[in-house]
Amino acid sequence: MAADADLGEQLAARVAEAAAAGTPLRIEGSGSKAFYGRPVAGEPLPLAGHRGIVAYEPAELYVTARAGTPLAELEATLAARGQRLGCEPPRFGGRGTVGGMVAAGLSGPRRPWSWAVRDVVLGVRCINGRGEILAFGGRLMKNVAGFDAARLMAGSLGTLAVLLEVTLRVDPAPEATLTVSLECDMAEAIERLAAWGRLPLPLAGACHLDGRLHLRLEGAEASVREAAARLGGEARADDGGLWAGLRDHTLPFLSGDDPRPLWRLSVPPATPPLPLPGEWLLDWGGAQRWLRTDAPAGAVRATAERAGGHATCFRGEGIEPFHPLPPAALALHRRIKAAFDPAGILNPGRMYAEGGP
Amino acid sequence: MAQRSEITVDESAARACMAALRRALPPDTLLTDPDTLRTYECDALSAYRRLPLAVALPHDREQVRTILRITREHGVPVVPRGAGTGLSGGALPHPRGVLLSLARLNRILAIDPRNRTARVEPGVRNLAVSEAARPYGLHYAPDPSSQVACTIGGNIAENAGGVHCLKYGLTVHNVLRIEALTADGETLVAGGGGLDGPGYDLAAVLTGSEGLLAVVVEATVRLLPLPQCARVLLAAFERVEDAAAAVAAVIAGGIVPAGLEMMDNAAVRAAEDFVHAGYPTDAAAILLCELDGTEAEVEAGIARVRALLAEHGATEVRLARDEAERERFWKGRKAAFPAVGRLSPDYYCMDGTIPRREIGRVLTRIAELAREHGLPVVNVLHAGDGNLHPLILYDANRPGELERTERLGHRILEACIEAGGTVTGEHGVGVEKLDPMCRQFDEATLRQFHALREAFDPRRLLNPGKAVPTLARCAEHRAMHVRGGRLPFPELERF
Ligand SMILES: Cc1cc2nc3c(=O)[nH]c(=O)nc-3n(C[C@H](O)[C@H](O)[C@H](O)COP(=O)(O)OP(=O)(O)OC[C@H]3O[C@@H](n4cnc5c(N)ncnc54)[C@H](O)[C@@H]3O)c2cc1C
Repeated sequence: MAADADLGEQLAARVAEAAAAGTPLRIEGSGSKAFYGRPVAGEPLPLAGHRGIVAYEPAELYVTARAGTPLAELEATLAARGQRLGCEPPRFGGRGTVGGMVAAGLSGPRRPWSWAVRDVVLGVRCINGRGEILAFGGRLMKNVAGFDAARLMAGSLGTLAVLLEVTLRVDPAPEATLTVSLECDMAEAIERLAAWGRLPLPLAGACHLDGRLHLRLEGAEASVREAAARLGGEARADDGGLWAGLRDHTLPFLSGDDPRPLWRLSVPPATPPLPLPGEWLLDWGGAQRWLRTDAPAGAVRATAERAGGHATCFRGEGIEPFHPLPPAALALHRRIKAAFDPAGILNPGRMYAEGGP
Repeated sequence: MAQRSEITVDESAARACMAALRRALPPDTLLTDPDTLRTYECDALSAYRRLPLAVALPHDREQVRTILRITREHGVPVVPRGAGTGLSGGALPHPRGVLLSLARLNRILAIDPRNRTARVEPGVRNLAVSEAARPYGLHYAPDPSSQVACTIGGNIAENAGGVHCLKYGLTVHNVLRIEALTADGETLVAGGGGLDGPGYDLAAVLTGSEGLLAVVVEATVRLLPLPQCARVLLAAFERVEDAAAAVAAVIAGGIVPAGLEMMDNAAVRAAEDFVHAGYPTDAAAILLCELDGTEAEVEAGIARVRALLAEHGATEVRLARDEAERERFWKGRKAAFPAVGRLSPDYYCMDGTIPRREIGRVLTRIAELAREHGLPVVNVLHAGDGNLHPLILYDANRPGELERTERLGHRILEACIEAGGTVTGEHGVGVEKLDPMCRQFDEATLRQFHALREAFDPRRLLNPGKAVPTLARCAEHRAMHVRGGRLPFPELERF
């Protein structure tokens, strides 16, 4: 295991130099999510050496870790105290870092019933594009002093600042977990989820693939059993790696060598099956839908938009990854980027082309 | 750029702006009569009062846009206002600006039970959302004590919390989509119809931005199923420190209560006198701990919490027998501010947040500071998330007492910062906590906040002088602190 080290000052100096010289930087965690977003031309700024858990107070429900800390290490530390991250971030190959998790802002199957990555971000220390070390937020759940720039970092893919340290809310792990599976098609799964969503069920996952609806129940032993009985279907404690596979994108649907692009559609959960060709995997109770399709990008995006959502091309050659923004919104994004990174050196163009963030 | 002082508006620009507004808006939409303006001179932080140039009461989004376009053209500031229940002066008018009330944009546009969302205009009251959702077995979780009056727009601007936010999150966790107008009247959509939107997470930055970045004109909020069962325990303690330790123990025990509130003896007595909640008035402090979920889960949890409370010196632990008693227990807590308000001509509500384990120590420190300043302090806490609401009792009519109150307030916030906390958990900085912000943040961070604001509003016309202190003000504040003196020219405005 690599030694813990605080490279904050060195990294800040490096950013300041790059800002002065106008040299673009490509921020690297472990590279586990290098496929996500647009390619960045720049000098590498590796964060992996800047690692270590700085503070962990289980009773205060927070943990602070340096950006290069492996997610697996952080999760093991939490698990040893009966805690976990509610946002269940993907661990792509087990290599992901804590900083990469926040920068990518991807949340796992538990997201609709627990938290998103941005929800558990309580504070960050980061380097802006001027090479200044800044601290936003803190260690507390409740904090409205100053703009919430800490949460803004989640999903910004390193285009605003280099994350040095993040403080995350942690939650107790549940007493029991059960998975209930039912045969039904996608339309019926959506109908059932819309009805069940209004009931106080201890849901912690709901996905549909290959003609089966799978529900994960978490909580006190008694309530999980009671809910399983109410939902019907077959209930089992061993999910056969289903939720981990969904979370970490190791399910063949997400990871396999299907040559077709992989799309992620974020839509209102009860949206009926969308009229696009290809294969679907429903996650987040219907609010996150994965699609393998050859349909043109424009059609996928227009369909998602009509449903009130947006579409990300998660894996696919030659397709813009992120949903295009209307001109005024793109202009605002550029101004926000410039506010943090006036020289435009931090992961330029990782999200959008043409001087976009 | 950020070092520039806040805006100045000259008389003729203000006059021209008023004329243009009058031409563009129906007569009932623009109020300038001094008596009417007085209704809007302050929010719930009544120590600060000011008259605006005019109050605009638009009926719809297009009128809001018109107002913003005209004010921008003339360089006139705009202060958004919801219900005016804010406790930090966030809706305090600008003397050369337009106070923009969103109160008439108060329609619930849609309740969508299948997607479990409510789409509302910004002037809709917090409680009205839950009332509209109830027939579907749903509710809107963030429930500030002011929920009968405060608006969703104001909740978003302050990232309001409530007694249930430890488990269900703050406003930021429960708003999916925001439509707002920027200072130049452009529509800005943040978030999306699903659980996220494309691009930067603008919904997160807009939430808690105190009306400085954009004017919220519509929001889609999440609705959650009403819990099957909710039970509340009331525990009495002979020592405040024991109650504080019990709070830490409950959380450390892996329990996430739906609510965990604390009141000290003075608050207990005030609430009891006011609403007869059935509180033990001899207790040094009480805790209210609510658990919700399925029957079985709640029952098991209650047994564990009972044991933890007893272990930490609770002299009495009472389980609300029925729904009526549960509501009564909560009524006492939710009425705590007005109840304390009956004890004294004025009170000043603080809002520091600290790590839970520091609660006992900081409360002791607050008691010392209160004695030093000769002013009584009553404590009400969202203890589960370490959010303190010390209420300083004073009489504004007694010369010097408000100033002494503010000094005490700042000392209390310093104690919170020293304990690793923050100067505001949910009420916002407003005008009130600008100086403590200078203590909490360094110059580079403050400069970054200003730059972010200018990305949204380059001319700084939205709610100027609030939320983020200018660097000049902080420089002065720091210098003053070194000398330990009072402000050199207290009569001057310090934005
Ligand atoms: C008795 C009492 C109890 C309270 N309890 C709690 C509590 O438990 N939890 C809590 O969090 N707060 C509490 N508060 C504080 C207050 O109710 C909240 O801050 C609330 O969110 C303010 O809403 P409002 O509609 O009254 O906003 P206002 O006071 O009118 O405005 C507050 C801020 O929001 C801005 N604003 C308002 N509407 C908009 C809009 N549409 N677009 C952009 N900006 C806007 C204003 O400019 C201002 O900066 C309490 C207040 C009182 C008086």
